[in-house]
Amino acid sequence: MYRFEDMDERYHRQVILKNFGSAGQQKLLQAKVLVVGAGGLGCAALPYLVAAGVGTVGIVDDDVVSLNNLHRQTLYATADIGLPKVFRAKQKLQALNPGVQIQAYHERLTVHNALSIIEGYDIVIDGTDNFASRYMINDACVVLNKPLVYAAVSQFEGQVALFNVPVNGGCNYRDIFPQPPAEDEVQNCAEAGVLGVLPGIIGTMQAAEVIKWLTGIGSTLAGRLLTYNALQQSLFEIHVSPNDTGRMLMPADATAFMATKYEQLCGTVPDGIEIDSRRFNRRLQESNTIVIDVREFHEVPLVQQFKNIKVPLPQLRDKLDTINAGTILLFCQSGKRSAQAAKVLTEVFGANKKVYSLKGGIVQWLKENQQ
Amino acid sequence: METTVLIFGQLTDITGAAMLECMAVPDTDALQQQLHQKYPGLAAAKYVIAVDKIICHQNTVLRAGSTVALLPPFSGG
Repeated sequence: MYRFEDMDERYHRQVILKNFGSAGQQKLLQAKVLVVGAGGLGCAALPYLVAAGVGTVGIVDDDVVSLNNLHRQTLYATADIGLPKVFRAKQKLQALNPGVQIQAYHERLTVHNALSIIEGYDIVIDGTDNFASRYMINDACVVLNKPLVYAAVSQFEGQVALFNVPVNGGCNYRDIFPQPPAEDEVQNCAEAGVLGVLPGIIGTMQAAEVIKWLTGIGSTLAGRLLTYNALQQSLFEIHVSPNDTGRMLMPADATAFMATKYEQLCGTVPDGIEIDSRRFNRRLQESNTIVIDVREFHEVPLVQQFKNIKVPLPQLRDKLDTINAGTILLFCQSGKRSAQAAKVLTEVFGANKKVYSLKGGIVQWLKENQQ
Repeated sequence: METTVLIFGQLTDITGAAMLECMAVPDTDALQQQLHQKYPGLAAAKYVIAVDKIICHQNTVLRAGSTVALLPPFSGG
């Protein structure tokens, strides 16, 4: 049975560290850390956060343990198959350190509960496994101004970063990838596979970032995206800076956040706005029509097959007065940004103008219109 | 002088290698054009470009000996 223990002894080996000390330990004991996703990344980060003495640890996950989780999600036993992850994780973690307050949320994080759950924590770990959740968590943390330790894995590689802290420009995920990829642009984990030890390495890196941020020691990954390759045993990092497109696509406030349909991000446009190449070509023939390329100026291929003007998505709102035609045809590379642009223009012009986005983008159009 | 291009994640399935040596070109637009011609799958893939470890969202001038990285987003956890 657990009895009152000597806390000095439990945390002795880290308290004696230079710059950590009992002050660092006090900061951890008073901290609240939320881990979203109790999968491969969460299973790696959680034990170290709990062992280090983070005062309160929240875990959000609505999933149950599956057999194909066990090669990487090491908090669970074979006998746990079919049981909710958060409760199994809580039991195991509580045994590791009974002094830590562990809050299990057996629910999916959505736009409806995200803000109220995250609000109660000092820092968030993203250990989810899909883009909809990742963009939602990123945006929620921006809206609430909460630090976010992002990580994601694929096959043999992982990415880690610390977002939304007032260091190096306070970057977030949208400064790297302004908008989610289309469904066919990236394979998910189930299709692509993942080496079991990889989320273990990346998840513990997330825990290290949290501990450093909370105690104020060392240099964090703020403003840097770290990539790890397990096959090469190599690290590569890039420096990240604020990006206008990302800032424009971010929900402006809590109300806008709660109205965002992250699950459908790949196609958040009203029916009928997206048209295929055939219908696009028909619209091209109509009078009083303007075609707008919403890609950045540097993007290729250049489109010379039909007349068009270039207004990159981030500048669209500032250039509204240049759009005089009654019908507006929008395109980009894959059809995602033009769909966003169509949404913006439909909001602005309402029923006064007809707005269409080329589905599949210019890439698809060129495929279908090659001589 | 050639440009070294580092390929990350599942983009290596398209290029078949994690490192490419490309013909020297003046900027990232020209490099992308060259890469998309050689590997059409790249044109339909999602990635960001970093030049000498700095992320760029606009066409960026390449200097002699620049290292370019193509990084796709990952979703797995």
